[in-house]
Amino acid sequence: MENQTSTIQLVQASLVRRKRKERFLKGLGLSAICFAFLMLATLVISLVASGHSAFVQTHVTFEVFVDPDEIREKRLPRGGFDDALAASLAEYLPGVDLSDRATKKQVEKILSNGAQFHLRDLVVADPSLIGQTIELTVPVSDPYDQLNKGGIDPDTPEENRRLNDKQIAMFNQLVAADTISKPLNWGLIINADSRFPELAGLKGALIGSAWALLVCFLISFPLGIGAAIYLEEFAPKNRFSNLIEVNINNLAAVPSVVFGLLALSVFIGWFGLPRSAPLVGGMTLALMTMPTIIIATRAALKSVPPSIREAALGLGASPQQTVFGHVLPLAMPGILTGTIIGLAQALGETAPLLLIGMNAFITSAPDGPLSSATTLPTQIFIWADSPERGFASRTSAAILVLLGFLITMNAVAIFLRSKFERKW
Amino acid sequence: MLTKTLVMAISGLAIAAPALARDEIRIVGSSTVFPYTQAVAENFVNVTGAPSPIVESTGTGGGMKIFCGGIGEKFPDVTGASRAMKSSEFELCQSNGVTDISEALIGFDGLSMAVSRDSDVDWDLSLKDIYLALAAQVPVEGAWADNPHKTWADVNPDLPAIEILAYGPPPTSGTRDAFVELAMREGCKELAFVHDGGFDKAWVKENCSRMRQDGPFVEAGENDNLIVQRLNADENAMGIFGYSFLYENLDALKGVQIEGVAPSIETIADKSYPISRPLFVYIKNAHRGVIPNLDAFIEEYMSDDALEADGYLAERGLVSLSEDAMMNLQDSVLDGVMLETN
Repeated sequence: MENQTSTIQLVQASLVRRKRKERFLKGLGLSAICFAFLMLATLVISLVASGHSAFVQTHVTFEVFVDPDEIREKRLPRGGFDDALAASLAEYLPGVDLSDRATKKQVEKILSNGAQFHLRDLVVADPSLIGQTIELTVPVSDPYDQLNKGGIDPDTPEENRRLNDKQIAMFNQLVAADTISKPLNWGLIINADSRFPELAGLKGALIGSAWALLVCFLISFPLGIGAAIYLEEFAPKNRFSNLIEVNINNLAAVPSVVFGLLALSVFIGWFGLPRSAPLVGGMTLALMTMPTIIIATRAALKSVPPSIREAALGLGASPQQTVFGHVLPLAMPGILTGTIIGLAQALGETAPLLLIGMNAFITSAPDGPLSSATTLPTQIFIWADSPERGFASRTSAAILVLLGFLITMNAVAIFLRSKFERKW
Repeated sequence: MLTKTLVMAISGLAIAAPALARDEIRIVGSSTVFPYTQAVAENFVNVTGAPSPIVESTGTGGGMKIFCGGIGEKFPDVTGASRAMKSSEFELCQSNGVTDISEALIGFDGLSMAVSRDSDVDWDLSLKDIYLALAAQVPVEGAWADNPHKTWADVNPDLPAIEILAYGPPPTSGTRDAFVELAMREGCKELAFVHDGGFDKAWVKENCSRMRQDGPFVEAGENDNLIVQRLNADENAMGIFGYSFLYENLDALKGVQIEGVAPSIETIADKSYPISRPLFVYIKNAHRGVIPNLDAFIEEYMSDDALEADGYLAERGLVSLSEDAMMNLQDSVLDGVMLETN
């Protein structure tokens, strides 16, 4: 009897200490999660703070007289489009004398460099516009965009800012004439890259990323699943298959830059494929994604209970019929989840793509897997390195776009898993 | 259609596809020349409607290696360089059959040292100060020894007692090569120890070219924007980069005067600012007339619109050539005058 009470006493005596330990562990876990959330929030908030201004773009709307003296139908597509624009804009700037060359240049520089080409394209498409007055909405150049968004402070001494007092006065005249607007910046998505921040967009990078991911998927998905099925269902369990398994796990942990070097020497060096092409990018990413898919597929196949296989075999199905008719469909949600997560990793991968030249400056979107392109992360890399002010906010905006895609892909993966996965 | 192209491309791999035809111009080279080439490329596309040239920033040395790799569609047509082609690179080109190259000096770029505008100090350094502060080895009490200087006042008693901290480019960068050549070696030669010691050129090259590795000089990677951010965070830190970055950030940074001259477009153009360097573009003449539009692209690069003092490259921070030098350049490059030796 005495012995028993002493055990209960022992338990009770240690209860406080054990509960304290449990609370401590819970608190530790909770603070780890809070810390992770804090880091994530810091990242997102700093990105939004610096990037939100790139989602709008300052535009100027004004009446343009397509001057037949400057723009002649015969000489199209050449013509004095910039002069016509400057003359029309000067109508809104009383007291500005265009005959002074420096002043004229300053007036031209209010508009984005793309404005004259926009007008040219309009006139080439419809030459009857010559002689007419049309309303045009075009982006302003980066310094004025910065001024309108507060990136340039008019109170800093004149010699330290990109715009002098006269230029700021001209802009204020345009604001007073109610010509300045700040609409949503669709150019960020529908324009290709440009040297001018106000024109630069992600179209080329988005299409390039899409091509690269498509190639990556077409290569890594069938090969990865095939390898996993063989290893899991058919391969004899011996030293050799163990060796292969260890190697696949190793491969998944190899730094991506190594795959870039491999691609540079094999795909570009030996096979003679073009640099900067999404095809090569996709093949490189496939090398990286394949181990992830193999591992995820094997895990999914393993989680299908043996009773399913035994039942199928017992009813006379061949091993091949068992795998493709019963095991694989049941494992599919897990496989898809793994594949999507692998592809999301590939979407964010930068290092190997830098080595195969996908960080090039290209002002048009790719029209196929063999034409040169950038991808989202390499585009961010290029913009982050550009000296113009406007690219700072555009870099953050591009990162937000990339994060958006990653979140969407991961959400789809989670949805597929919770919707279709079966519990045994 | 998509899958068909892909299947063709992938099956092409199996039989080791020959070099694929290309109709766009390929350009590699220095990250300093990159923004200027970008501007020319974009203007070229807008004006002519040709396919967009592909401009890659590989660094001067990396660009030379690819450029000199050979003749043919696999190899780039143009490379940018923030220093002249080295003789070793010229030989590499020759040995790979790239014998007919045109060299174009498109303008100048100042190397600037800058600090945050928050700094109260009005910095004015001589090349000697720069060398003594940032070199790996300096004369100490009459002997050539590891750099002991911790603060600027150790280097020159007239300077403030602020700890030396400079962010600069890594050795792969053309900016670094130019900084070593124009600032460090020149500053080294001015030291009494070196000047009166009777050392030959080879000794200077060997001993005056190393940046210190013990902390005060920090290699900050190729991303100059990062250096700018770090300077904004620390008013006592100094940054070394191309003038175009200072020019874009004049509201946050101020240039350090070198030998009493502040960096500006004017002082770089009239060469009174001591550390400015020429920027080059090298063109593979064998590709002219073969790669579509290459001639038109070079014409655009060499046009007055691009190169003159109020041209669009000058707007990006390039310091233009004199009128005469520009006309000579245009003549020689458009005629495809061949680079002889280096």
